[in-house]
Amino acid sequence: MQAAGSRTLLLDARAIARALQHMTAGILELAGGTERLVLVGIQRRGVELAERIGREIARTTDIRVPLGALDITLYRDDLQTVGPRPVIGETRLPNDLDDRVIMIVDDVLYTGRTVRAALDEIADFGRPARIGLAVLIDRGGRELPIQADVVGEQLTVPPGARVDVLLEEVDGRDAVERVNAPGDAAS
Amino acid sequence: MTVPALGKDLLGLEPLSAEQIRRILDTAEPFKAVSERAIKKVPALRGKTIVNLFFEASTRTRISFEFAEKRLSADTVNITAYGSSVQKGENLVDTARNLEAMRIDMVVIRHESSGAAKFLAERIRSNVINAGDGKHEHPTQALLDLLTIRDTLGKIEGVKVCICGDVLHSRVARSNMWGLRKLGADVAVCGPKTLLPLGLGELGVTVFRRIEDAIQWADVLNVLRLQIERMSAGYIPSLREYNRVFGVSVERLERAPHDLVILHPGPMNRGVEIDSRVADGPHSVILQQVTNGVAVRMAVLYLLAGGQPELAVAAGGAKGADE
Repeated sequence: MQAAGSRTLLLDARAIARALQHMTAGILELAGGTERLVLVGIQRRGVELAERIGREIARTTDIRVPLGALDITLYRDDLQTVGPRPVIGETRLPNDLDDRVIMIVDDVLYTGRTVRAALDEIADFGRPARIGLAVLIDRGGRELPIQADVVGEQLTVPPGARVDVLLEEVDGRDAVERVNAPGDAAS
Repeated sequence: MTVPALGKDLLGLEPLSAEQIRRILDTAEPFKAVSERAIKKVPALRGKTIVNLFFEASTRTRISFEFAEKRLSADTVNITAYGSSVQKGENLVDTARNLEAMRIDMVVIRHESSGAAKFLAERIRSNVINAGDGKHEHPTQALLDLLTIRDTLGKIEGVKVCICGDVLHSRVARSNMWGLRKLGADVAVCGPKTLLPLGLGELGVTVFRRIEDAIQWADVLNVLRLQIERMSAGYIPSLREYNRVFGVSVERLERAPHDLVILHPGPMNRGVEIDSRVADGPHSVILQQVTNGVAVRMAVLYLLAGGQPELAVAAGGAKGADE
C-alpha cells in the first residue's frame, strides 16, 4: 500500500453521466451510426464504460451494438520494469472484426501505452475498417503519438498525481478523483 | 496490492504457498483463451531466450513447454543429452554456464537426478524451471492436474484425490501430494506395497491396498504410468497381474457410488494401469490435462519472466490505476 495522498473531486456522478452522453453522440457520429459499430472496453473500467455507452445507444436508438472486452496485459511493453500483473482479465471480442468500426473505450488516457498495446492486440483478432478511441478523461502527459477521437472531459494533471475513475459497478460509487502525490515525505 | 511473487525459479510445489499456487492457476485462465485464438500468440515474452535442457527422454513435456514458449513469443532452443557435449563429459553447470554466456534468460530442465534443478538454479542467473528431476518433483505436471481438477469439479478444497500406482518412484505423485494438500484436498494413494513409500500415513495421506476401496472413496483418480522396467526390477510380478489387481477398469468404476474423474499424466500403458474404455471414456479428462499443460506452463513462464519479485510487488501501487 502506498501512502494515501489527498483526494480532490473532479467529476461527480452527474458530470460523469453528462460526459458519457456527450461521448455517445461523438461515437455515433464517428462510426456513422450503429451499423458497423463495435464497442471494446479496456479492462477493467473501460469495460463498464463501454457497457454504459452501449445502454445509452440502446436507449436512444433501440439498437444493441456488440460489446467486447480487452485485457492488454500480455501486450504491455513494461514486463521488464514492473513485472507480471497479478490478475489478467478476460479478452472477448466479436468473432468477425473485419470491416467493423471499433471504438476502444477506456477510463483515462495518459501516456498512450495502453492504447498502443490495445491496437496491437486488436490486430491479432482481425482487420477492422477503422479503430477509434473514446476516453472519459484525457489527462494529458502522452509518451506516444496517440490521441483520442472522443473525450468526455479534458484535464491537465501533473505527472506526480493520479486520476482515479470510480464506477458504481466496481467501486460502489461514481466519481472521478485526483489523488495528489503524498508530499515529499518518503515513507 | 501485495502479491507474493513466484521468485526466480520454479523448482517444486513444496516451497510454494497455497496463495502462490492459486495465483499460477488463476494466471493460466487467460492463457487458455490465447490457445483458442486464430493467432495463438501474445508478445509477452518477446526477446526472451529460453533453453529447454532435457537430459532425459520426454516428448509430451518438452513439446508442451515449447508451445507455451512460442505462444508467448519467446525464442527457444532445445538441447537433449543425446549428441550434445553433455555426452562428452561436460557437467551440468558447465553446460548451463556456457548457455548463459550466450545470454539466455530461462532454462527448463529435466534431469534423472533428484535435485538437479535446484543445483542449477543456485549456480546461474537465469530463471530455472524444473520439468522433472529424478524422483523429486515435476511441478508443472501437478499444476496442470490441479487446474484440470478445478475445471472439472469447480474446486480443489475438500476433493478426494487418490493417486494410483507407482507412487514410490513418481515425481508426479510427489508434486501432486504437495499441491493437493496445500490447496486443501484429501489425498490418498493406492498401489502394491512394494511401490508405496513408507510413512505416508504419518503425513496424513490415506493408504488403500485395494483399488476397489480407493474407487469407493475417491472423487478423482490420478492413475500413474507404470514404468515397465519395474517388473524386471522385481517390484511387481507381471504386468498382467498388475492389471488384474490394480488396473482401473469400467467394471470397477461402475461399482463406485458416483462418477469419478480420471486423470493420467501420460503416456498411458493401455491395458496395464488403465483400460482403454476408461481412458477414452466420458469421465476421462486426460486430453484436457494436455491442453491445460500448455496454459499452466505459459502462466509459469510469464510469472517468472518478471524476474524481479520486489519490483513486481512495488509496481502494483506505483504504476497506478490510470495506466
